[in-house]
Amino acid sequence: MNADVNLSQGLAKDDPGLRAKVEDFLYLEADLLDEWRIEEWFALFAEGATYEIPPTGEDDADPATSLFYIADDYVRLRERVVRLTKKEAHSEFPRSRQRHMISNVRITAMVAGVAEVTCNFITYRAKRGVVDTYYGKHHYRIDCTASPWKIKSKRSVLGMDMLYPGKLTIII
Amino acid sequence: MDITVPNPGLPLTSSDMVVEDRQRHLFRVARRAFTDEEVLEQERRQIFDRCWLYLGHGSEIRNNCDFVTRAVGGRELIFNRDRGGAVHAFLNTCPHRGAMVVREKKGNALSFRCFYHGWSFNVNGRFASRFEEGNYGKEHYGGGCADLAHVPRLESYRDFWFVNFDRNAVSLSDYLADAKEYIDLVADQGEAEMEIVGSGQQYIINANWKLLAENSIDAFHGFPVHSTYFDYLQNIGSLRSDGFNAKGMTSLGNGHAVIEYASPWGRPIARWVPSWGEEKRDLVERIRQGLIQRFGEERGLRIAETSRNMVIFPNLVINDIMAITVRTFFPDAANRMTVSAWALGARDEDHELRKLRLFNFLEFLGPGGFATPDDQEALENCQRGYRNQREVGWNDISKGMPRQGPPKNDDEEQMRCFWRQWRQRMAGAA
Repeated sequence: MNADVNLSQGLAKDDPGLRAKVEDFLYLEADLLDEWRIEEWFALFAEGATYEIPPTGEDDADPATSLFYIADDYVRLRERVVRLTKKEAHSEFPRSRQRHMISNVRITAMVAGVAEVTCNFITYRAKRGVVDTYYGKHHYRIDCTASPWKIKSKRSVLGMDMLYPGKLTIII
Repeated sequence: MDITVPNPGLPLTSSDMVVEDRQRHLFRVARRAFTDEEVLEQERRQIFDRCWLYLGHGSEIRNNCDFVTRAVGGRELIFNRDRGGAVHAFLNTCPHRGAMVVREKKGNALSFRCFYHGWSFNVNGRFASRFEEGNYGKEHYGGGCADLAHVPRLESYRDFWFVNFDRNAVSLSDYLADAKEYIDLVADQGEAEMEIVGSGQQYIINANWKLLAENSIDAFHGFPVHSTYFDYLQNIGSLRSDGFNAKGMTSLGNGHAVIEYASPWGRPIARWVPSWGEEKRDLVERIRQGLIQRFGEERGLRIAETSRNMVIFPNLVINDIMAITVRTFFPDAANRMTVSAWALGARDEDHELRKLRLFNFLEFLGPGGFATPDDQEALENCQRGYRNQREVGWNDISKGMPRQGPPKNDDEEQMRCFWRQWRQRMAGAA
């Protein structure tokens, strides 16, 4: 995910090969999370980016008026990452093991080099013999004009009807 | 161990599970109280069938014919407002054959209709089907036997609505006792009224429900568990160390207790912190001055500046901290609870302050925040640690017992209030 950047200029969403590049980018993201390379994961985000998880059942909610699970601006996201690197983030000490699965990748729009991408996800988190499962749909805006590509926003809409695992202590 | 408590290997009654020795400054709770399904069954009968339980806030059913459905005290309930504006709590089960009549989480409806056989009801609960003659007699039409059943008792205080499954329970007002003063401190924050903001958060914790009651008013765990949250406040410039002189820990009667303290964080009503920026400073100051105008210097500043964590026995938490959470939780099993938590704010709140309120909530109180997940981790670790109870059978809740004078917030007297009430209730004595 580096030299391909220039290709993005003038790309349309239906261009052959674009989906593969987007998938590669998302697989890289998933791998960084699986491996707890959380600071490198944060580096995938553009300055000013947002990361959101709306309340279940309110996919289109606005964090200014609805109570979100996560509504990070760039600063809060950075602080989330800083926190997760500490032993005192007790819910992730010792660290859980995770696997991020992605499928159904669709490029729904490409506007001025920014790809709007959706994909389904399942994230497994295992700790102390308990496996938590999170699933739903990610909505990304990825700046394909940046080198390397940068995430401008990520919104993870949970498919569950309530938060069965009880907490969101990892990046899903 | 030189402490006179029953051998945990022996059968204990629930009254033996709380041991207070004031001479020796020892307060112990048997870990079995958190793990035993028989204890839970007794709690269902002695506590959840007999105490006032929080149902919901009036703002959730603001308009006539609004309804929400909710599990409370092991029951499935409908909380609604009828066509005339009267508030009801119905047992959500068809008097015909038992199906849940309302299956949506919330909505607005002129009538309820059971999908199984089509029995329908007015939103005041009266049987409204008109079957052909010969199907049903007088007992059904007007006799009441086909009406939705009301919860035995439904009462409210400042728009917080509670139910009680014990027809003979004391009034809600008597039950809340001195907790009413602290509900007032929350309810008085809005110039108009208070409202639940958005929808609530529901999540599971794999721990006994009483662990969350303890945790919600436990100041002792604040710094060990939440250092990363305070680091965050420090990093973004949201930490304040000055503050209004707070009252400390107060026993409110009937097992309710509160801690009150100067807020290290910002409060949309009304304590500004630098990270909010200068433009919000005036806005917050205006609200602060408005409170002083309405309630006088002392009470006004108390509402604006201090934070309060309160547990209303057995399972209602109203924590008025960096945001206001109304939180209740019910056991699914001895080692598992379902938590429902809502954010409460002033109805006419400024858009920017509302945003800050929601962010303050999700940063600390939400299950994706920087604090609550670590509480959950602590609770689930306790539950797991109780597997050792045959060898290590007792929790220690003695902190502050030798202290002369009033208890401190990070003592454990507030938990002792809870446990004394628990013991009394379990013995059927309250």
